Amino acid sequence: MSPATADPRLIAVRRAPKRRMRLSWSDPVCRAIVWQVVIVGIVAAIAWYLIDNTAKNLAQRHIATGFAFLDRVAGIPIGESLIPYNPAVSTYGRALLIGVLNTLQVAAIGIVLATILGTLIGIGRLSKNWLLSKLTAFYVEVLRDIPLLLQLLFWYTILQGLPAPRQALHIGKAFFLTNRGMRVPLLDWQPAHSWALLAFAIGAAGTLVWRKHATRQQEATGRRPASWPVAAGLLIGVPVAVWAVLGAPFALVLPVLKGFNFQGGGTVSPEYFALLVGLVTYTASYIAEIVRSGIQAIPKGQWEAAEALGLRPGEVLRQIVLPQALRVIIPPMTSQYLNLTKNSSLAIAIGFQDVVSIANTTLNQTGQAIEGIAYIMAVYLTISLSISLFMNWYNARIALVER
Amino acid sequence: MGDIASEHTPLEAREQQKAAAVSLRSRVRANLFGSWWSTAVTLALGYIVLRGVFAAFEWGIVNAIWSVPYGPTGIANTAICQNAKGVGACWAVLADKYRLILFGRYPYAEQWRPAIVVLLFIGLYIVSGLRRFWRKELVLIWIGTLTAVGALMWGGFAGLPLVSEDYWGGLPITLILATFGLAFAFPLSVLVALGRRSADLPAVKVLCVVYVELIRGVPLISVLFMASVMFPLFMPAGLNIDKLLRAQAAIILFAAAYLAEVVRGGLQALPKGQAEAADALGLSYWQKTAFIILPQALRLVIPPLVNTFIGFFKDTSLVLIIGLFDLMTMGKVALSDPPWESFSTEVYLGLAAIYVAFCFAMSQYSRSLERDLNRSRGR
Repeated sequence: MSPATADPRLIAVRRAPKRRMRLSWSDPVCRAIVWQVVIVGIVAAIAWYLIDNTAKNLAQRHIATGFAFLDRVAGIPIGESLIPYNPAVSTYGRALLIGVLNTLQVAAIGIVLATILGTLIGIGRLSKNWLLSKLTAFYVEVLRDIPLLLQLLFWYTILQGLPAPRQALHIGKAFFLTNRGMRVPLLDWQPAHSWALLAFAIGAAGTLVWRKHATRQQEATGRRPASWPVAAGLLIGVPVAVWAVLGAPFALVLPVLKGFNFQGGGTVSPEYFALLVGLVTYTASYIAEIVRSGIQAIPKGQWEAAEALGLRPGEVLRQIVLPQALRVIIPPMTSQYLNLTKNSSLAIAIGFQDVVSIANTTLNQTGQAIEGIAYIMAVYLTISLSISLFMNWYNARIALVER
Repeated sequence: MGDIASEHTPLEAREQQKAAAVSLRSRVRANLFGSWWSTAVTLALGYIVLRGVFAAFEWGIVNAIWSVPYGPTGIANTAICQNAKGVGACWAVLADKYRLILFGRYPYAEQWRPAIVVLLFIGLYIVSGLRRFWRKELVLIWIGTLTAVGALMWGGFAGLPLVSEDYWGGLPITLILATFGLAFAFPLSVLVALGRRSADLPAVKVLCVVYVELIRGVPLISVLFMASVMFPLFMPAGLNIDKLLRAQAAIILFAAAYLAEVVRGGLQALPKGQAEAADALGLSYWQKTAFIILPQALRLVIPPLVNTFIGFFKDTSLVLIIGLFDLMTMGKVALSDPPWESFSTEVYLGLAAIYVAFCFAMSQYSRSLERDLNRSRGR
């Protein structure tokens, strides 16, 4: 045996000979290419057929494609809007933008409220109290088994059955519940409030910096400087001080009954209210199950081991249990957030003007069906992809770092 | 083995004695009044629940009105219901309208046909749920039942008058949309899931990913709008496709994307060794997929499949928005009758009861199935 071949490590790694593709059905590479060409060809042919038909139909009906209609005056009355809107002069583009903002607003508030309610119910299901755990289980089971659309219609009917403004249900002289929606007091907004808000934001950033510093200190010396006095000072003290220095203005604008309706204060329309209540209660039933299974996924030994290490109960929850539970909870929670956002499109059934509703009115008025539906789809795809990206980033951040 | 058993017997006996010793009273104390906090919760919730149950009993049964007199022209005189509004339920609206809500505008004398269709669907669900029928023959049962459904609904043979789909409505539409949706979406979803997993066909993989992510990123309502508004533009001039069929196509395309993800989950859960062993045996791709991969992968995903089906069953109610006469729409149609206009709560409760009955049965089934499958897998 020659020395060159004695040591197996020294044998040159022999590559598989690069085969030439044969033009034969028994060659996998060749087969794969043929399959792909056939399938893509079929899909392309169907797409071409549909596009061709559409072009002919549009030409026959004299519909001009394109987004030129966005600059025309819309004339759609819009009840709720976050930005100024006047049906007499505002364009379709602005109306559609308002729709997007309304969708985003209801989805954002809905996600926050549904998370809070769902977490409470999920924890309630794990309660040792028999009555509480059975009641929350009943809530989850019933709410999940009724179509959301039916629940929305139901809430909307209930809100419409409320008394007229003159006989409004009320809490004190501040909150009024009528068949025209909910009236709430508003803070009379002064520049001092904006400055206080800015101070709060700066305080929040300062708190984060301080916490980083505390962690470094702990790693260096083993002692963690107390962070709550600094946090309280930055988050509460500074904004309050700014507000007080600027004269501490505080005045509430109360809704007042004038004639047949209320004046002043803020309004939550019945449509918005019904949509929000329906979305939140429905999604909470799903979130409750996710939270419950997330908490149950943590073995009891984790609690016991943490307690044996001498951690306080709050620390056990924050440092040991939640980081592990979140890993189980985040992916299904993401899809519930996406579902809530997509389900907000049911607003059209009860007359809340979200993006689907306004785009639908637009396409009925202008006949631009393709553009209208493309707009709806583009908006939701953008929202969905953004939420998924954000949640994936967050999930990657908290994911278990394995060797 | 004998040793272990003999060791276990006294232990189990002791456990049983212990369990018997725990009286009802102490169990109540532990579960309802374990601490002052638990006691407070029990008392507060108990009060609310009792109040709620009594109020519901009073409204729904004691003060409820079950029938109303009819005027000479056959118009319901709902005065007594109007008087009882807020105090008692007016179930008379359901007594008056249940045939309209359940079967829509199907010819009155022929409504036994949709009734049989509903029973056929329920039978189909039960048969599909029994594990004894999880065989290839199940496909034939589905094809047979769905054909029978079509034949009964349309008629036009053996003396049955022809009823065009414009007159279909109510519960059969809901069941048809959901069941046909599943039946056609499922094979499509298996193909899409396989395509998404194929490493050799990158172009096909891209197509499948784009399709699934596109559909899952948009709400069902936009796909339904597409079917009702855009679909006519896609077709050659003069070809008119019925609205029900268009909505059905939309639901199939939508459902297939979601089911594809469920099926993909099953394909991923299968150990790689199965595919490699099949390759080693010299099976072709389709043999490997049909005889080795799919039978195992699909069995894994039956519980999530049932859950997805429950979702679609509820989602068919969205066709209300494009004006199809499903169960939900018929409820609204029933409410558009002037004498009954103001009794929507009762009608909505009736509709909710139907949806809950179907969804609750299916979700309980899926849960028990999950337990069984987990147990048999020894987890």
